[in-house]
Amino acid sequence: MVDVLERPATLAEPPHEAHGPTGLLKWLTTTDHKVIGLSYTVTAVIMMVIGGALAEIIRAQLASPNGTLVSLAQFNELFTMHGSVMIYLFAGPFAFGALANIIVPIQIGAPDMAFPRLNALSYWLYLTGAITMLSGFFTAGGAANFGWVGYAPLSNSLNTPGAGADLWIGGLLLTGFSAIFTGVNLVATIFYLRAPGMTMFRMPIFTWNLLVTAILILLAFPVLTAGLIMLYADRHFGTHIFSVAGGGVPVLWQHIFWFWGHPEVYILALPFFGMVTEIIAVFSRKPVFGYKGMVFATISIAALSLGVWAHHMFTTGVVLLPFFSMMSLLIAVPTGIKIFNWIGTMWRGEIWFSTAMLMALGFLVTFLIGGLTGIYLASPPLDFFTHDTYFVVAHFHSVVMALVLAGMAGLYYWGPKFTGYLLNETIGKVQFWFLFVGTQVFTLPLYLLGLRGMPRRMAVYPHDPQWQFLNDLSSVGAILIGVSTLLFVANLVVSWKRYPAGDNPWDGQTLEWFTTSPPPHHNFYRLPPIRSERPTWDHNHPDHRALPHGHRVEAPE
Amino acid sequence: MRVEARFLLSLGLFFGIVGLIYWLWSGEDAGGVMLGAAMLLGFLPGGYYYYWSRRMRPRPEDDPQATTASGSGVVGAFPGSSIWPFTLGMGAFFTVLALVFGIWLLVPGLGLVTWALFGGVAESRRGGGV
Amino acid sequence: MLAAAGVVAGGLALSGCTVPSFGASPGDTTSSRSVFHLWQGFSIGALIIGGLVVALIVWAVVRYRRHGERIPDQHQYHIPLEMTYTIVPILIVLGLFAATMVVENKEVANPRTNVRIDVNAFQWGWKFTYPGSNAVVVGQTTQAPTMVMPVDTNVHINLTSSDVVHGFYVKAFNFSRYALPGVLNQFTLRAVATGTFFGQCTQLCGLYHSLMWFNVKVVTPSQYTAWLASFHGSAAATAAAAAAAAVRQQTSSLVPTKLATTTGTH
Repeated sequence: MVDVLERPATLAEPPHEAHGPTGLLKWLTTTDHKVIGLSYTVTAVIMMVIGGALAEIIRAQLASPNGTLVSLAQFNELFTMHGSVMIYLFAGPFAFGALANIIVPIQIGAPDMAFPRLNALSYWLYLTGAITMLSGFFTAGGAANFGWVGYAPLSNSLNTPGAGADLWIGGLLLTGFSAIFTGVNLVATIFYLRAPGMTMFRMPIFTWNLLVTAILILLAFPVLTAGLIMLYADRHFGTHIFSVAGGGVPVLWQHIFWFWGHPEVYILALPFFGMVTEIIAVFSRKPVFGYKGMVFATISIAALSLGVWAHHMFTTGVVLLPFFSMMSLLIAVPTGIKIFNWIGTMWRGEIWFSTAMLMALGFLVTFLIGGLTGIYLASPPLDFFTHDTYFVVAHFHSVVMALVLAGMAGLYYWGPKFTGYLLNETIGKVQFWFLFVGTQVFTLPLYLLGLRGMPRRMAVYPHDPQWQFLNDLSSVGAILIGVSTLLFVANLVVSWKRYPAGDNPWDGQTLEWFTTSPPPHHNFYRLPPIRSERPTWDHNHPDHRALPHGHRVEAPE
Repeated sequence: MRVEARFLLSLGLFFGIVGLIYWLWSGEDAGGVMLGAAMLLGFLPGGYYYYWSRRMRPRPEDDPQATTASGSGVVGAFPGSSIWPFTLGMGAFFTVLALVFGIWLLVPGLGLVTWALFGGVAESRRGGGV
Repeated sequence: MLAAAGVVAGGLALSGCTVPSFGASPGDTTSSRSVFHLWQGFSIGALIIGGLVVALIVWAVVRYRRHGERIPDQHQYHIPLEMTYTIVPILIVLGLFAATMVVENKEVANPRTNVRIDVNAFQWGWKFTYPGSNAVVVGQTTQAPTMVMPVDTNVHINLTSSDVVHGFYVKAFNFSRYALPGVLNQFTLRAVATGTFFGQCTQLCGLYHSLMWFNVKVVTPSQYTAWLASFHGSAAATAAAAAAAAVRQQTSSLVPTKLATTTGTH
């Protein structure tokens, strides 16, 4: 069925519910952004559990210098697939496919995504891409084993024959197209389906961040897709794009990969920054401090992120060090603005320490550690020193674990909106402490390990048994993180349809809290007037609108 | 529309400047080409939005004083449910598997893709139906 | 600001031993020492900024907990404050960049020198060739070939790879560089102390990546000359080449299944 939607001024009551098939057929044929977003969320969380399980095996193997749990070959498959699953199949789709799909249209007052069928196609490409990549484990030669970055010429058919590597490429092609379609969809939705009065500078920060993320997807993902096609051609069609023997250039793969790979870091991060921004504002009962600064900081991060790719290649000796060093260091500035704006939002607020807020605070501290160590790595001499050691591993695990904390915050915060039920707060807080402490116990020893010279991607380290203690400590942290994941699953079971949420359990500020939980088909049957980026707050607290732009804060009384 | 245009055009401009500096300074072609393409990806839609922002009346979503009533009218046509995205996805799946397991998988792959494309277009023209 | 950064860096260089090491070590080359001081400078900055931010977070969390249903002031902008925390970080970044450039330019410089070693990485071992002499050292995986080099002398390294990307990494030198196929990577090492240092491949290169080891033995210049001389004579050279070939063949057909826990040296 096609619904030609008219936007009514108001309706007295919700319109009739969605028509169409039910059950499995509903799941296969849905074009409702909320159902697709939920499918994305569930699939991405399953991917997180799979990737986490691979990580636990890796940590178990490294718990002793001569670990014999897995073979050298299996270990290469494990960390390759751990990184691939976490980056390509969990973090990315969770960032721009899951909560974004559900929340962005509602936040701008849209009835659905601009291209609902394309949105459904994105999900199916993601799901089949995930199946394709993971099925490498069931082939004779095993899964891909050249690291999640697939550096040429290790990834050519001579060094890595077998179906696992091809399945990795195929899976990435599918998920890559899925991401591109989602990017197109988000941009079109945000540019064309905003509610009356929802000007660009009244969009919530989460939506702004998703818009910028979508633009980054459109800039970066086609490059990866092109690179993968070249890699496949090298493997099977006899081309020599990345091989010296035929006059090719192996470093070209690194350029192409990281031209996608560094923006990808921000494609992962920006949506989570947006979630945290919303959550901190709501639970501090204040508007986002420096809203416009926040928007420009996001745009600056995105713009700079396309000019820093070769800081992953400092040690190749063939890149322009000062240019990439300066650009990389500069990204610290807008990122710092964001951190100060988050603190400014909490400043003189009334902070409610719900699970979502705790997770957001955990994000803030963990991300601070990951961000500061990132500044070291922007300096080429310090990068020569720490490149490909556990220091780098620790740095990006601090960052991505911060994103996991933020994602959990998002699930606790928005879960009630699209399910209609709250999660248990007590279990949530216990989960937070396991996750937060576990993250630090897991990452902090890795920094020291890197400084003591342990390279990454080592299956064994018999020549320096002194590394064992720090590895064991890190493995303990990994166990704590694993427990927190189990607690989350337990919370889902315990809270199943137990604590009805109501429309606006957190005194939310943006449009999604104006509609029902879960929202009706096509999201709204009435809309408040939109006069700021907080229409729901303005509607609920008409006497407490934000002070106008440029208004100075009075001295504390 | 004007903010959208400025946003994309300034991104394109930034990539153009950075790309030029990078290319002249490093002499490395791959990055120069990729940044140049990024510049075009900013200018192309940015120019489109700029063109239309000069020629169309401000939309309710660009008007800070717009009320809900000023936005009334047709928003768009939204398909309720459709099997074709799933069919197309399966077609793409088999097509990619053909890269790994053999060319014969292109038969179901491209077959499903073609079927889904025709089905999807027909669905849009008919205006409904799973 | 630049001047201030210079003063800080200079001060650090002078008082390096009184500043904490922040987990790193000074290392045993001239470059590794300056990298270490840069590390200390970055760490001090990171601790100050990180401490400030954490203090602000803790203060906000403690001081502004919710007490009731009160709605706080809805202030949203403070332009001077926002300008401050935009401009100050830019200045800090410029300072860090200046300090980086000082260390980097020294580290990547290649002064003229007579000592040259050609390092070739392959799956999964290293070959050290000494042009102008017959000396060749080859070894695979845990056999860890030893690269001999003189102390207090600029040693020019030509780094290449025969197959995939490898990483030449010596922890004691605070330094690593990729060995790329089709690329000649050049750098200069100047060791300041004698001793044997462990090195290994840091860039994933396939199955035995974890075991692609080597050693660097820094000796006095006279010992170095003597060591080179021991390879003289065509018979010795032939023998060395044959031995090297034998080593290669042996290890490629028989890679250790049970891992040795000691590092073998030549």
